[in-house]
Amino acid sequence: MLESMFPALAQVVSDWYPLFNSLRIAAISTVIVFFTGIFAAYYIARLPRLLKGVLDVVLTLPMVLPPTVVGYFLLMLFGNRRPLGGWLLATFDLQVVMTWYSAILASAVVAFPLMYRTARGAFESVDPTLRYSGQTLGLSNTYIFWRVIMPASRQGILAGTVLAFARGLGEFGATSMIAGYIPGKTNTISTTVYNLWQTGQDAEALKWVLVNLAISAVVLLAVNMLERRDFIPTARRRRTGKEGA
Amino acid sequence: MSLELKIKKDFGGFVLDMELSAADGETLALLGASGCGKSMTLRCIAGVVTPDEGRIVLNGRVLFDSARRIDLPPQKRHVGLLFQNYALFPNMTVEQNITAGIREKVSRQEKRALCRAVMEKFYLTDLASHRPSQLSGGQQQRVALARILISRPEILLLDEPFSALDSFLRWELEQELTRVLGEFPGPAVLVSHDRNEVYRISHRVAVIQDGRVDCCAPKRELFSHPPTYQSALLTGCKNFSRVRPLEGGRVEALDWGAVLTCASPLPPDIRWIGIRPHFVRPADAPGENVILCRVVQVIDDVTDTVVTCATPGPGGPDSLLHLRFKPPQWEALRGKEELLLYFDPQAILPLRGQGLGPTLSKRPE
Repeated sequence: MLESMFPALAQVVSDWYPLFNSLRIAAISTVIVFFTGIFAAYYIARLPRLLKGVLDVVLTLPMVLPPTVVGYFLLMLFGNRRPLGGWLLATFDLQVVMTWYSAILASAVVAFPLMYRTARGAFESVDPTLRYSGQTLGLSNTYIFWRVIMPASRQGILAGTVLAFARGLGEFGATSMIAGYIPGKTNTISTTVYNLWQTGQDAEALKWVLVNLAISAVVLLAVNMLERRDFIPTARRRRTGKEGA
Repeated sequence: MSLELKIKKDFGGFVLDMELSAADGETLALLGASGCGKSMTLRCIAGVVTPDEGRIVLNGRVLFDSARRIDLPPQKRHVGLLFQNYALFPNMTVEQNITAGIREKVSRQEKRALCRAVMEKFYLTDLASHRPSQLSGGQQQRVALARILISRPEILLLDEPFSALDSFLRWELEQELTRVLGEFPGPAVLVSHDRNEVYRISHRVAVIQDGRVDCCAPKRELFSHPPTYQSALLTGCKNFSRVRPLEGGRVEALDWGAVLTCASPLPPDIRWIGIRPHFVRPADAPGENVILCRVVQVIDDVTDTVVTCATPGPGGPDSLLHLRFKPPQWEALRGKEELLLYFDPQAILPLRGQGLGPTLSKRPE
């Protein structure tokens, strides 16, 4: 319907499909990782030492494993003839592999440790007396988390989110295994660059390389700008007339 | 109505084993070296640290009782804990910080009015929209106090309230805190390692050593007659000697190599005697309680002259005496290599001993 109404738009979307696909995969996996990573970081930090150590290793593994190994595990789980994948296919008619959204899984798994670790580091660097004082004042733990701990670890959370987004955007190994390379369906920027280069279309590949560079630059720029908008109280800004805390 | 506390907690290598009580309107000071468990005790009362066993009762309410498996969350304890670093929320303004302390479920306007009133009282109105990072240490403390008082605590716990402040700010804030404590109807517990601060602010002092209450007494009594080595040390006594009790109120001071008479009655488990630096006086002639000492070092301090002397004891740092003389007094003695020193029997403190030997724990300053 969309194509018939806006043929020009449809053309643009199909021309720029890898960009569009990469961005939505990275964005959705970042949202997933944002919440799961923060949740894991907050609760695991308070577990007993032994359990914490074990979970820490398990959750950080995807960061150090080759992405192809992650892809292998994902295929073992979600392949159409594997228990989970087979069940999803039979019950919900949902095929997880070789679709654009299967790349979300790959991106999320690979990006999760970045979010988890940076968020944990951020939470651990928050002075515990802030939580204690909030509790003794009668504030609920939920309030303390969202209104005190999160703002205090904002920098780390932000850094983790950006890292996770960048990692998700650049994911290649696990993505190409679980989502494959189906032009117009599952191709992302990184798999497109690889396939164009392999088939000798260097100029086309360069175009996508430049696109990727542009996105990364924009992301980093955005971070810098966000960081500069620190807790600059309006009072001081008015008084001294300059920015910076 | 008061605080009753008896708790134990094993930190592995360090055991907290406390028993304390504080009455309404009373300020109890916990005096001890850093790392002795003072702050941890406050955190146990506040409920942010859970003891292994014991019982904490505040105004008849059981806050913690291991036997009955009661452990109220800190939110329900109504305990005001002033942290050493004040623990203000860095992302909130002064007004928001104070408003966060309001427990009552009231309208926004009422909260605002409550907050305004408290800010007025603590001279914070002009700072309402400032962030904690823009405030001086003293202003931060006022905000923290205001935030605690607006939450209507039943007890005030003050953890080293002045340690983060410059010395010239301390005096002013100490007066302010004394005013707050005077108006506060419930009990208060002050943690400090500063004996002068403790003496000025509190009514009763518990000396803490290695996680235990070494002794506890009204402040005047404790400062004039400290019963133990640790309490003497923490109230400013610098000279200690191990003793062997003899007949007739006399002791053999082993580290000083002398026999001395002591006016105070000797406890049966006496292990030390102590004497404060400015209570040792020069003597004209040998006699009872007079020891001949050799001058080792003389340092001119702002108001006094600090003199280190070697006693006839077995030698080493334990046999040294640290004395303070007023300048005119010292002028008469200057240049002498040996001094006759009189140990006033009234000034000799008979002490029960505990813990470390003198070489390890003596003279920390």
